[in-house]
Amino acid sequence: MHPDFPRPLPGPDDAPFWDWCRRHELRLQRCDDCGTFRFHPRPRCHECRSAAATWTRVAGTGTVASFTVIHPPVLPAFADRVPYNAVVIQLDEGPFMVSNLVGVADADLATGLPVEVTFVDLDDTLTLPQFRVVTA
Amino acid sequence: MRRADTTDPVAGRAAIVGIGETRYAKNMGRTELDLACDAVLAACDDAGYDVADVDGIVSYHIEQVEERELAAALGMRNSSFMARTTSGGGGAASVVGLAAIAVASGQAESVVAFRARNRSKTASYGADPNQGGRPWEKVGAGVSDLRQWHNPFGVAAPAHEMALIARRHMALFGTTAEQFGMQAVAQRFHASRNPAAIMRSEITLDDWRAARPIAEPIRLVDCSLENDGATAILVTTPERARDLRRPPVTVLAQAMGVGPIHVALADYFRTSSSWDERDHAGRHIARQVFGRAGLTPADVDVAMIFDHFTMAVPLSLEQYGFCALGEGGPMIEAGTTRWPDGALPVNTHGGSNGEAFIHGVNHVAEAVRQLRGTSTCQVEGAEVALVTGAITDPAGAVLLGRA
Repeated sequence: MHPDFPRPLPGPDDAPFWDWCRRHELRLQRCDDCGTFRFHPRPRCHECRSAAATWTRVAGTGTVASFTVIHPPVLPAFADRVPYNAVVIQLDEGPFMVSNLVGVADADLATGLPVEVTFVDLDDTLTLPQFRVVTA
Repeated sequence: MRRADTTDPVAGRAAIVGIGETRYAKNMGRTELDLACDAVLAACDDAGYDVADVDGIVSYHIEQVEERELAAALGMRNSSFMARTTSGGGGAASVVGLAAIAVASGQAESVVAFRARNRSKTASYGADPNQGGRPWEKVGAGVSDLRQWHNPFGVAAPAHEMALIARRHMALFGTTAEQFGMQAVAQRFHASRNPAAIMRSEITLDDWRAARPIAEPIRLVDCSLENDGATAILVTTPERARDLRRPPVTVLAQAMGVGPIHVALADYFRTSSSWDERDHAGRHIARQVFGRAGLTPADVDVAMIFDHFTMAVPLSLEQYGFCALGEGGPMIEAGTTRWPDGALPVNTHGGSNGEAFIHGVNHVAEAVRQLRGTSTCQVEGAEVALVTGAITDPAGAVLLGRA
């Protein structure tokens, strides 16, 4: 990995998300009181303000809500892969997350594409949840 | 020009009496403090006001120049009010809003609001991440804040985040990338008439099509410039304003609001599907600022819309109530925002892709010129101007009026 890859350095609120990714499971905080899923992680439910939540496995499926193709200038760690895509995925459970689509040509990017998560191990300690298009 | 029917305690009780700007350029090789001193002195000179009598200082929360540095350099021994706005470009108009609150409530008699930048892409001056070059490029090998949800996926620059917002708007409403381009073209036309603008050459829509993509659909000419410079605005009471050199410009109202922010896209998209006022800073601010002034969007003659990227203009026009949601793109395509024939000329100095990027304080200066009748793209008889902060940050707006 590039020495300046922007590795997550999560705090206590965030670390479980990355720990579960390392085990190839997509888990989000789910409010113990009202059942709302939330992402990005945070210490309170934005709907009912409860502090009680459980890291709950989600299906890992969703749709492309938005996408872009990124050209220079980029972070040094990404310089050798331009142009590359970035997407916003709406998970079937509701929350949105930023990621990348793998295995798709830039010309085929579109909103509404059905996707599923795929875990990409960058090294022994960091796994990124990326997505691929689901073909019927 | 305080309207008789407003009950707002700030509306009409502060006035802009001076504007000061340095030259705007790339790689000027001067410190932010040096630039700030020039802009503040120019604003005082514009007003005919002694800088030693200025008793308040307002700036951005990410401003490099500390109040004590400015006060020491300029001998401002009377400063008794200091405050900073939130959220980068979101605070663009709110520096004037804060100054007006201070003056209207008697906390200070005269407040200078300023922003100084040394942000040319190759500028090497200064060791702070917010000095010299691009702050987002200095993230290093670890990210512990909200950036951990974007940067590992290569989403790092504001352009990357804004591109994802722009594409969503296109998907929801049928907005086209060329409509963003038409705003870029209009602003570069405005800049071509402005001797202070960095980009003096006009561009066509074909030039926009040929410009290199930065983060699709955003192209290079949609982006704010990377430059140096400083702008300062002097605010005082309407009573004091009467004795000064220039015709005063009244602060008709100010408002602030918090909404989903581009550096937390998971939240931005969570709320953007409802277009509810609770979820969008601009809609909240619009209701407040127009209500406090006793005005409506139809009363606005000219608007300075924070344009970190041109796609922010149609989104702002919608949220501030100049058109229905989803109609911002067609509004630009119809030429509404282009001087001289458009019904609501926007960023008549050339904006952030034409004149300069001073985090939007230069937009305040242009609004003042419009209301003095001295813009290089003058809207005939302009009486009311709206100035907004970034639509994708916690933000603010001010309505300004010819006194």
